[in-house]
Amino acid sequence: MRVKQLSVFLENQPGRLASAAAILRDAAINIRALSLADTADFGILRMIVDDPNAALAAMKKAGFSVAETDVLAVRLSDRPGGLAAVAEKLSRAGIGIEYLYAFVGKQGDEAVVVLRVEDIDRTAGVLASAGIKALKSEEVYNL
Amino acid sequence: MSKSTPYMKELECLPAEARAQLQLDRLRNLVDYVREKSTFYPALLKERGITGGGDLGNLSDLSRLPFTRKKDLRDHYPFGLFCVGREGLAEIHASSGTTGNPTVVGYTKNDIRLWRLVMARALAVAGVTPADVIQNAYGYGLFTGGLGIHYGALELGAAVVPMSSGGTARQLKLMHDFQATVITCTPSYSLFMAEEARELGYDPAKSPIRIGILGAEPWSENLRQAIEEVWRMTALDIYGLSEIIGPGVAQECAAKRGLHVFSDVFFPEVVDPDTGMTVPGGVAGELVITTLTKEALPLIRYRTGDIVTMDEAPCACGRTTPRISRVLGRTDDMLIIRGINVFPSQIEEVLLRVEEAEPHYQLVVDRVRGLDTLEVQVEVGDSVFSDEVRRLEELKDKIKRELESVLNLVVAVKLVEPRSIERSMGKAKRVVDRRREKNVI
Repeated sequence: MRVKQLSVFLENQPGRLASAAAILRDAAINIRALSLADTADFGILRMIVDDPNAALAAMKKAGFSVAETDVLAVRLSDRPGGLAAVAEKLSRAGIGIEYLYAFVGKQGDEAVVVLRVEDIDRTAGVLASAGIKALKSEEVYNL
Repeated sequence: MSKSTPYMKELECLPAEARAQLQLDRLRNLVDYVREKSTFYPALLKERGITGGGDLGNLSDLSRLPFTRKKDLRDHYPFGLFCVGREGLAEIHASSGTTGNPTVVGYTKNDIRLWRLVMARALAVAGVTPADVIQNAYGYGLFTGGLGIHYGALELGAAVVPMSSGGTARQLKLMHDFQATVITCTPSYSLFMAEEARELGYDPAKSPIRIGILGAEPWSENLRQAIEEVWRMTALDIYGLSEIIGPGVAQECAAKRGLHVFSDVFFPEVVDPDTGMTVPGGVAGELVITTLTKEALPLIRYRTGDIVTMDEAPCACGRTTPRISRVLGRTDDMLIIRGINVFPSQIEEVLLRVEEAEPHYQLVVDRVRGLDTLEVQVEVGDSVFSDEVRRLEELKDKIKRELESVLNLVVAVKLVEPRSIERSMGKAKRVVDRRREKNVI
């Protein structure tokens, strides 16, 4: 249930993202999902990849500041209202979302939402009771 | 004394021999005084076989006396080098220390009187008379700049307006309404004021300001010309340091060929910073000063850290006191930013405290729209990197707050990627000073 997400610190300068992406390319890492959070001076590149351990090693070796964070990934139908359902459920349970990002699956009418929350177990439980299923880590890496 | 003779000018026009005798007498008294009153100097004098002032045959015997350094003041913080007890102290000031504690200096009533006198002399050297109105925009407070000018003005008889720094719009209005004739502030602030003045509709060149006494930070000849042009005034350099007295150690005259040192009370030497040996006239070296008459904090051969050249030939203005050049550099890595002394080690100490890991940092100093800026770039190492933007912003803010508290200066903090700051084999190149490229210092 806990999915490993990599976060990379990037300065807000042309070429930094390209540099990071090149390292991943050279290590033959496939990115499944990503999001880039920005501030005036820097950005945090968050990624779900097919081989998080290899990616972490490669980025660290190249000198990037990297962290590994556990996130939750849930599957939804790719229909209007999907996100609203998740958000309402969590809000009623008093669960705060630090950040999230989403992408559309390759198979059928599915969408995946990646969430950073304080208590993954509790969040998964709340969503499960609403029929929203959390993905296993292997499922996410192999999407 | 006629009104047309600058204040105490006779003291500054003494023939070399008469001055030398005066200095030697005072130096002998100083040695006897510290042997009796100091807890710091007696051991050092004993080591050198000095049993009293009488052991000094002539001024060259000064080289037998020990040097004193900022470290000595720090090691004996706060009052360890003072020669009077609390009941004898009239005033206490503090300025930046390299790390931790500030440098503390003290004055007896007589020391304050001395400060008034040298400052009045400095104003007179610069051409100020009792008929002038001085707009004093040096900071008032623990910083000795504001009060130094203030005391000098009171002694000389010129009117002083204690504006302190900042509040530029109000400064300019009062400057105009009071018809001030002299401005005292840092060189960069004088340009800043000129720019603001124009925006408010005053033309600084048309104001009655005829003299600027500018100091507390290094400034280039280039900058002087820009300042003189925009204000249509004579801009002269003033030099001092709190440990010696504050401002009032040396003052540039209208001949603009160096700053006259008040050597009857502050004895100057220029030495090689590595060997401590006196360098020949005109060769750059570290300025060393002995306070000949101070009571609370007399200092023997104090290493200022400022690099200058010295010229002992008489000046076109008629004064025979030695002249030092503008400060050419430092023996250490101290920076002056907006008139405030900043040591990179102060910044390092804060970063170590906050980051808990060896911080890789770089200081970028610049001058933007006339004012100095300081950006502290800190590498984000694994130990502090957080996945959450909020935490990184909090870290940045924390660093900024702590630095501002320690330095008394507004700083910008930028988080940068690991290894983006150049590594060097020896001493890390911690400072990038863009002001040099802009030829303002």
